[in-house]
Amino acid sequence: MLGYTLRRLASAVPTLFIIVTVAFFLVRFAPGGPFDLEQPLAPQVLDNLRRTYNLDQPLHLQYLDYLAKLVRGDLGPSYTALDFTVGEMLRRGLPYSIALGASALTLALVLGVVAGVFAALRQNSTKDYAVMAVATVGVTVPNFVVGPVLQLVFGLMLGLLPLGGWGGGDLAHRVLPTIALALPQMAVIARLTRSSMIEALRADHIRTLRANGLPGRAIIAHALRGALLPVVSYLGPAAAALVTGSVVIEKIFAIPGVGSYFVEGALNRDYTLVMGTVVMLASFVVLFNLIVDLLYAALDPRVRYD
Amino acid sequence: MGRPWKLSFISAIASFAMTGLAAAEVVYHRGNAGEPKTLDQHQTSIDVEKNVLKDLYEGLVAYNPKGEIIPGVAESWSIGGDGTVYTFKLRDAGKWSNGDPVKASDFVYSFRRIMNPATAAKYANLLYPIKNAEKVNKGELKPEELGVKAADDKTLVITLERPTPYFLELLQHQTGLPLHQASVEKFGKDFVKPGNLVSNGAYLLAENVPNDHIKLTKNPNYWNAKSVQIDTVFFYPTEDNAAAVRRFMAGELDTNYQFPIDQLPFLREKLGAQVRTPPYLALEYYAINVTKPPFNDPRVRKALSMAVDRDYLAEKVWGGAALPAYNIVPPGLNGYALADVDYKSLSQLDREDQAKALLKEAGYGPGGKPLKIEIRYNTNESHKKTATAVADMWKTVLGAEVTLLNTDVKTHYAHLQNRGDFDVARAGWVADYSDPQNFLFLGLSNNRVGNYSQYNSAAFDAAMAKSDVTIDPAERMKVLRTAEDTMMKDGPIIPLLNRASLHLVSNRVKGWVDNVQNDHRSQDLRIER
Repeated sequence: MLGYTLRRLASAVPTLFIIVTVAFFLVRFAPGGPFDLEQPLAPQVLDNLRRTYNLDQPLHLQYLDYLAKLVRGDLGPSYTALDFTVGEMLRRGLPYSIALGASALTLALVLGVVAGVFAALRQNSTKDYAVMAVATVGVTVPNFVVGPVLQLVFGLMLGLLPLGGWGGGDLAHRVLPTIALALPQMAVIARLTRSSMIEALRADHIRTLRANGLPGRAIIAHALRGALLPVVSYLGPAAAALVTGSVVIEKIFAIPGVGSYFVEGALNRDYTLVMGTVVMLASFVVLFNLIVDLLYAALDPRVRYD
Repeated sequence: MGRPWKLSFISAIASFAMTGLAAAEVVYHRGNAGEPKTLDQHQTSIDVEKNVLKDLYEGLVAYNPKGEIIPGVAESWSIGGDGTVYTFKLRDAGKWSNGDPVKASDFVYSFRRIMNPATAAKYANLLYPIKNAEKVNKGELKPEELGVKAADDKTLVITLERPTPYFLELLQHQTGLPLHQASVEKFGKDFVKPGNLVSNGAYLLAENVPNDHIKLTKNPNYWNAKSVQIDTVFFYPTEDNAAAVRRFMAGELDTNYQFPIDQLPFLREKLGAQVRTPPYLALEYYAINVTKPPFNDPRVRKALSMAVDRDYLAEKVWGGAALPAYNIVPPGLNGYALADVDYKSLSQLDREDQAKALLKEAGYGPGGKPLKIEIRYNTNESHKKTATAVADMWKTVLGAEVTLLNTDVKTHYAHLQNRGDFDVARAGWVADYSDPQNFLFLGLSNNRVGNYSQYNSAAFDAAMAKSDVTIDPAERMKVLRTAEDTMMKDGPIIPLLNRASLHLVSNRVKGWVDNVQNDHRSQDLRIER
């Protein structure tokens, strides 16, 4: 198991290298640069800026320079958040995004699995249809609708919860963004759990258990273990997406996380911020996929990593 | 009376007294439309930074709530040397937040730092009128040769390259705010962080949680601290302005800068006078490529301009959050009379008739050569609606074939600034200082980056040069006006609208005065809860 983990981590290095290289050149292909502003800068000022940020060098030298710094863990200065380095920005913003993403993931996982199992056990009943109808709505209604609706109802009309801001991370400030972020994931997880649970309940080994007269609760536990496999493989990328922040939710609820960095970085041609976010995203995806593969072994006795 | 009861009585009194104290602290929750990219006055480039910086620091001069120049750190000044030597007398009471006196040498240090090429200051060119500034910024001279000298601790002498009648307006800009030399040298780039930052204005920096809030607390060492009514200011980067409106309505924000234009009628109805939309020194315009046929024909340009129904744009497209503009210089600048635009007084129908006639005379339009126009604009809902409306006007009035080309803001401006090919392009300008020169310079033939039209008029350039050396303010305004007359007659740009600054100001907030500079210091406000 340890050997497998180490091999997987080692194989992530070339993957990351390719991602970094492609991203580095792709972002430079976009027309315009970080200093093309609506209020144009004087040519002399522009020269000073390009020199300060090394942008006057040929592109391949900039690339080598970036790689050399990246290896040392230096993600470079941000071109837009001038008082911070990209590393500082990620270190500062990630805890907010992770905190929010983790609570949303937990909420989505618990409620999604419960709802999915509930529906699977009552397949084709009114209750099943009701749960799945809600889940369909959850998947289809975009979060830029859910967010403002939650704000309007719970913040403005009922006056129960704050509409935005992190507020030091107290529960009240986290409720609405967590729900908004969790809803679509919860819906997907419920649907996934339901269909794989229905399949699992029909499997031969479950039928054998039933024939042997095992109690219903034990049968559900056995079926669920197998049924969770597709959910777990979905969770890998979903978790990576959740903990690296949602641009929409973080904007609407004014959460100081990293969710907007990628989009803002790309729009502002903040090359280093885009690169830093790419490195962060890629690392999380690699990490969570690894965790998923390891969880497989725990859930499915046929899977072995030796 | 038993002891436990007595204790709880005392604690109840104590907590009551503390609530009383807490209520006495005046807190201002200020929605600031976006995240400041920096709190370094030499790196600054946008208004959300200005709002924070002008609360933290005070320059030699400042704006009062009406947007008029008032003494700041300098209690008085005199202008000599035919308008090229400014001598500022600094207040004796001026202090930094750590108790150090504010000295003339602090300003010398600051001006040298912004001009130092290593600082790479974005707005360094704003202060190029200072003697040797441009050469220092180019690295041709040492920062010590900059025309800013401390005669003694409280006397600062600034020498200029040439008379610059709007120089005080330049000094009120956030780039003119002083820095505390010792802390900048000690902390380097980190001098902007809470705990490190030493300021000389009404407030000091208590917390900075990027993308969440910036907390300022009253600076007890500020010379005018006794007249500062608000103890604590929270700036929020309310980038999602629709969400900010909801937070304002829920009472979480006392004021908010920017709101969605399409919500204006709804907001007016709900919030009444709390919605402020005063015009400010901001121009929306279309630049015409004057080097390219058929747009090199002034008749074609004038026809295009006349065919635009600006009232429709202002009322229907911008929902009243803008005013029709016919001039490159916005109204509201002291002592300046706008150039006459001959068709301004005509009805839109008459303008359209004349536009058709002009176009026909130039040989284009129905019966002549086809007029094909491409409008370039950058991604933004209002710009898109404006372009669609203008395209429709040109189609119906002039029979032109109009296409739209939309790119993101970086691509758009990089294309224009690098002299890419275009017919008509959307552009905007917001004044950095209140002077007609700050708009008219867009038409200078040597303005390589801002003169998108590539307008080149010897008469215009000459008038602008003359205005630079005309010291008498009234006379200078007349000279500038002749420059604008020339430019408006040539029509290299189509002025469309003067945008309004959009603020939500709660009834709780007192002392907020609308001004064309869009400058509002927290220290001038009061909050009545």
